[in-house]
Amino acid sequence: MIPGAPTGDTLLERAPVLLRDWLVGFLPGPARWAAGSLLMIVAILAVFGTLFAFLTLAERKILARVQNRPGPNRTGWFGLLQPFADGVKMLTKEDIVPRAADPVLHFLAPVALIAFSLLTFAVIPYGRHLVPVDLDSSILYFFAAGTATELAVFMAGWASHNKFALLAAMRALAQLISYELPLLLSVVPVVLATGTLSATGVVAAQSGWKWDLVPRWVVFTPWGAAGFVIFMISALAESNRSPFDLPEAESELIAGHLTEYSGFKYALFFMAEYFGMCALSGMAVTLFLGGWHAPLPLLEFIPSYVWFAVKLLALLLGFIWIRATLPRLRIDQLTRLAWKFLVPLALVNLATAAFWSLSAPWPGPLQLLRWAVALGLVAGPFLLLSRGLTAGLRPRVYRYA
Amino acid sequence: MIGTGLLKGLAVTARNFAGSFHDPKRFVTTQYPEERTKLPEAYRNFPFLVSESADDPMGTLRCVACQICEKECPPQCILIEKSSDKKPDANGRMQLYPKIFDIDTAVCMSCQICVEVCPFDAIKMDQVFEIAATDRFTGLILDRQALAKPDSYFHQIRPTEAAEVEGRLAEGRRAAQEKARAAAAKAAPAAPAEPPAAPSAEAAKPPRPPA
Repeated sequence: MIPGAPTGDTLLERAPVLLRDWLVGFLPGPARWAAGSLLMIVAILAVFGTLFAFLTLAERKILARVQNRPGPNRTGWFGLLQPFADGVKMLTKEDIVPRAADPVLHFLAPVALIAFSLLTFAVIPYGRHLVPVDLDSSILYFFAAGTATELAVFMAGWASHNKFALLAAMRALAQLISYELPLLLSVVPVVLATGTLSATGVVAAQSGWKWDLVPRWVVFTPWGAAGFVIFMISALAESNRSPFDLPEAESELIAGHLTEYSGFKYALFFMAEYFGMCALSGMAVTLFLGGWHAPLPLLEFIPSYVWFAVKLLALLLGFIWIRATLPRLRIDQLTRLAWKFLVPLALVNLATAAFWSLSAPWPGPLQLLRWAVALGLVAGPFLLLSRGLTAGLRPRVYRYA
Repeated sequence: MIGTGLLKGLAVTARNFAGSFHDPKRFVTTQYPEERTKLPEAYRNFPFLVSESADDPMGTLRCVACQICEKECPPQCILIEKSSDKKPDANGRMQLYPKIFDIDTAVCMSCQICVEVCPFDAIKMDQVFEIAATDRFTGLILDRQALAKPDSYFHQIRPTEAAEVEGRLAEGRRAAQEKARAAAAKAAPAAPAEPPAAPSAEAAKPPRPPA
């Protein structure tokens, strides 16, 4: 689907689309559609591939700084060439397939994983005119494609014929299925409030400013803020990031489902993890942080895709910051957090969102009551459930130490 | 309340992140090959042989090939072969010297027992840690040419211990000279005492033995 060149926006805003149309214009008519689609795929691969490369570097640098080290600084200026050195290393490493492994599945797992995680990039609105595929139910599609990565993870664990890989795959499955629920339940209120399953529709619903100052983003409502936090916690678990990186807990499972992978297949798993993180952050931006909308009316001259990139990078840095801070959870703590805390909170949040939508037409003074009730509905269950979650837990006393 | 601990933890990491940019006390990394930290005086790794002069290290080794260190060495990384002739040592006495003195640094465990047992202060611990070799069998065996380092180097890396050794050696030399003088006086009681100007001057300033 290639819409005609948009008009009425700044040149910078239309630049990517104009560039695509100019390139496609060299081809004969029937080939233009395919070439345009191919061009979008190449652009996504190039942008997110580069983002992945420099995200690994940024992560290493930030983790190092948090631990008061300089981080990689030998390759190029401030270690900027480190991703390329890593890439060359990964490409030239020997690709080992265990004799007992299922060769087809062992090969297929990283391919499937990277394919599914790339599929999710198709529906994210990156800018006003930058929506690769504008599906009517793109949110549904996004989570369906994202969930399919679990299949690939289990495939990797099963095909490796290694007890650590299999254990890790079981863990990964338990974790991913547990956290799929709060992830989706935190998205449902957004769909409920905006009345659309289309990502562009959700972004359009968040346009405009209240009193020309506060953006109408979902995250600035009580249920939106709660939903955003639940979404981000679940996204951490979905993308196997610390503190939920149990499937790759080195101290227990060597490298989890990656144990029998080496060389570029390992790099593909690594890449898929970062792609998943980027895609989920992109979806969080779309659903909760107003998508590509500028935070203030006077900042609208900056192109929409820049705002999307800024929000995306902020979330990704948040992921890294959390990784630098929190220790890994135990498997029982992990599942308990999902089933006894996040799922009930997300369900209550759905009710809060319903109340918020119904009470929208309330007259002036009652708006204060509306805010109070909604905040109470968010804070009350949180406090009650957290009390239940931490009941009977206290700092450990070492008697014989 | 649940979550406050997480926020506190995030604050700690943020403080460390910011601090590493402006607080040298936090950011302690030394960029090793370009920058170097000053080694502590007591740092030791492998032994070296002390020679009195830098110009003629093989002729002025303090080692007299007594082989005590060879026998005491727990991992037995020292190999000594005595010479057949004798040379005067620091005190002017005729002594043997090591014809072969090898230390296998691949075996040495840096225990410093050789240094403790040496009655001649001839073997001391070095501070050179960059001794990587491409051949692990012969490349890490140091012979006496490689092991010999002048006394001035010892003073440079370990001033405190070197001063103490210096005093002890000077004391030994003075005692030896007094003994020699007493023996000379006993042998020729009738003869008038020789002026002891030259030996005493030598005792005040630790002499370099003849090559």
